[in-house]
Amino acid sequence: MRWLLSLLTLLTLTFAAQAEEEIVLGLSQDQVAITAQFDGSDILIFGAVKREIAIPDSDLNVIIAIEGPTGPVEVRRKERRFGIWMNGATLEVERAPAFYAVAASAPLDDILRRIENERYSITVDKAIQSVSATVAFGNTQAFTDALMRIQAANGSYQLLEDAVKVDQQTLFRASIALPSNLTEGDYSARIFLLRDGNVVADMATTIDVRKVGLERFLFNLAQDQAPVYGVLSILIAALFGWAASALFRLIKDG
Amino acid sequence: MQFYLPIAEVSVNIFLLFGLGGLVGVLSGIFGVGGGFLITPLLFFVGIPPAVAVATSANQIVASSVSGLFAHLKRKTVDLKMGSYLLAGGLVGSGFGILLFNYLKSLGQVDLLVQLCYVVFLGIIGGLMFIESLRAIRRARKAGGARRKRSQHNWVHGLPFKIRFRASGLYISVIPVLLVGAAVGVLSAVMGVGGGFIMVPAMIYILGMPTKVVVGTSLFQIIFVAGFNTLLHAITNKTVDLPLALFLLIGGVIGAQFGSSIGVKLKAETLRILLAILVLSVCGKIALDLLLEPRELYSISRVAAGGQ
Repeated sequence: MRWLLSLLTLLTLTFAAQAEEEIVLGLSQDQVAITAQFDGSDILIFGAVKREIAIPDSDLNVIIAIEGPTGPVEVRRKERRFGIWMNGATLEVERAPAFYAVAASAPLDDILRRIENERYSITVDKAIQSVSATVAFGNTQAFTDALMRIQAANGSYQLLEDAVKVDQQTLFRASIALPSNLTEGDYSARIFLLRDGNVVADMATTIDVRKVGLERFLFNLAQDQAPVYGVLSILIAALFGWAASALFRLIKDG
Repeated sequence: MQFYLPIAEVSVNIFLLFGLGGLVGVLSGIFGVGGGFLITPLLFFVGIPPAVAVATSANQIVASSVSGLFAHLKRKTVDLKMGSYLLAGGLVGSGFGILLFNYLKSLGQVDLLVQLCYVVFLGIIGGLMFIESLRAIRRARKAGGARRKRSQHNWVHGLPFKIRFRASGLYISVIPVLLVGAAVGVLSAVMGVGGGFIMVPAMIYILGMPTKVVVGTSLFQIIFVAGFNTLLHAITNKTVDLPLALFLLIGGVIGAQFGSSIGVKLKAETLRILLAILVLSVCGKIALDLLLEPRELYSISRVAAGGQ
C-alpha cells in the first residue's frame, strides 16, 4: 500500500515538473444559440495561469485559436474565355474551417516559433488541407491564398494580434467576435501559453454553436422533410398572396 | 432589426428586405410584371447565395402571382384553357430546367448560365420593347396613322392539332402553345423568375392572343410553374428560404398597390419605354460584370457534405 502511495506521489511530481504552468480557463458562454435575432456574438475567453513555481523571467504570451466546423471547399478561378469571365480551374480543398480566429497577446512572429506553429497547427494556413492529387494546374498556393483572402475579407478568418490582454503574467482575457453569417457546429477553442517562442502549456475546449427555435425547426424541416417544406412554402406564399389581395380590396371598397 | 435566415445562413436587416420587396413591388405594380427578374439579382447584391436567391424568388413569385390573379379572375380576363395548355408545357420545361440547373451547378457554371440568360433575354426583350414603344410614340405624334392589325396570319396558323380557345377567340395549333410554355418553364427554373416578361410578348406576338386576357392567363400559369419550381428546388437543392420569401412578399404586395396607382397616371407608351430602360439597365449591369475583369478572380463554395 505504501509503495503505491509513493509511486503516486512520484508520478504527481514528475507531472508537475513537466507542466510547471497550467491553464485554468473560463468562457463567457460555452454555447451559442443562433436565434432569429442572431446578429453575431462576442465570446469572452478568460483564464489564469496556475503555477507551483516562481514566475519565470521570460515574458508570458497567450494565443487563442477558435476553429469552426471544417469541410471540403471548392475554390474556383475565373478565366477569360470567348471574351467573358467564367469559372475555370477548380481546386477542391479537402478540409477548410468555416470560421477561424487567432487572437494573440503580441504579433505572432515575435512570440511563436515556426516549428511550434507546425507542431500545434495554430495559424489558419495549418488548418487548411488541400489535396495534392488534384493538382492538374500547378500552383495550388494561389488557390489556398485566395481562400484565406476571401474568408478574411468577410470576417470568417480573423487574425487578432494584441487582442489577448495578459495581466501580471497570470491573468489573461480576450473577446472574440463571431460574425453574423455563422455556420452551426462544434467550435473548438484552443489556448496556448508561450515562453520564448515555445508552447509551455495548452488546453482545448468546445463551444457548441446551434440553431434554436424557429431556425432549428425550419432548417430541419427543409433538410429532412424537403417535400413537406416545399409544399408548406407554396401554401404559405399562396395564402399570403390571397390575403394581400383580399385585404386591399377591403381597403379600396370600404 | 436583423434576422438570421435559416437556409441562406446569413443575418440580414429586415427593413432592407422589406425595402427590396417594396421597390420591386412598386415597379411591378407600375409595369404589370412579376419583378422576378429584378428581385433575383438584387438578392445577389445583398449577399444571399445565388442558389438560395433563385429558389426563394420562385416562392415569392407564387405569392405575388396569386395576389394578382384574383383581380383578373373577377374581371374574367383569364383564359383557363389556354393557361392549362401553357402549364402542361411549362411543367415539362421547368423539370428540364431544374436538371440543367443542377448539372451546371455540379460543373461550377451555374452562375454563368444564370447571368447569360439574364443578359440575352433582358437584352432582347428590353431592346424590342424600346424600339416598339419609340415607334408607337412617333405614330401617336403623327395621329391617326395606320393601326396595327392584331391576329395576323403567320407560320403558327399553318400547324396541325388545332384547338379552339374561346376566351381568347383563337383557333390555333397546340404545338406553339406547348413550346412557349416549355421555353418559359426552362427559363423560370434557371433564372428564378416567373417568366412573365417573356410569356406576355410571346402570347401577343407568337400566339396572337388579345391583350386583355394575356396578363391574367400568364399569371395563372406562372403560379403553377413557380410553385413547381419551388417544390423542385426545395427537394433537390434544399435552398428555399421561407422567412426570406415572406419578408420580400410583404414588402412586395404593399409596394405593388402604390405602384399600380402610379401606373394608371402614366401614359402607356411612357410606361413601356420606362420599363424598357429598366430592363436594359439591369441587362447592362450584368453584362458588364461578365465583360470586365473581376476584382476578385477566385470564388469559394462549400461542398455539401453527404447526409448533412
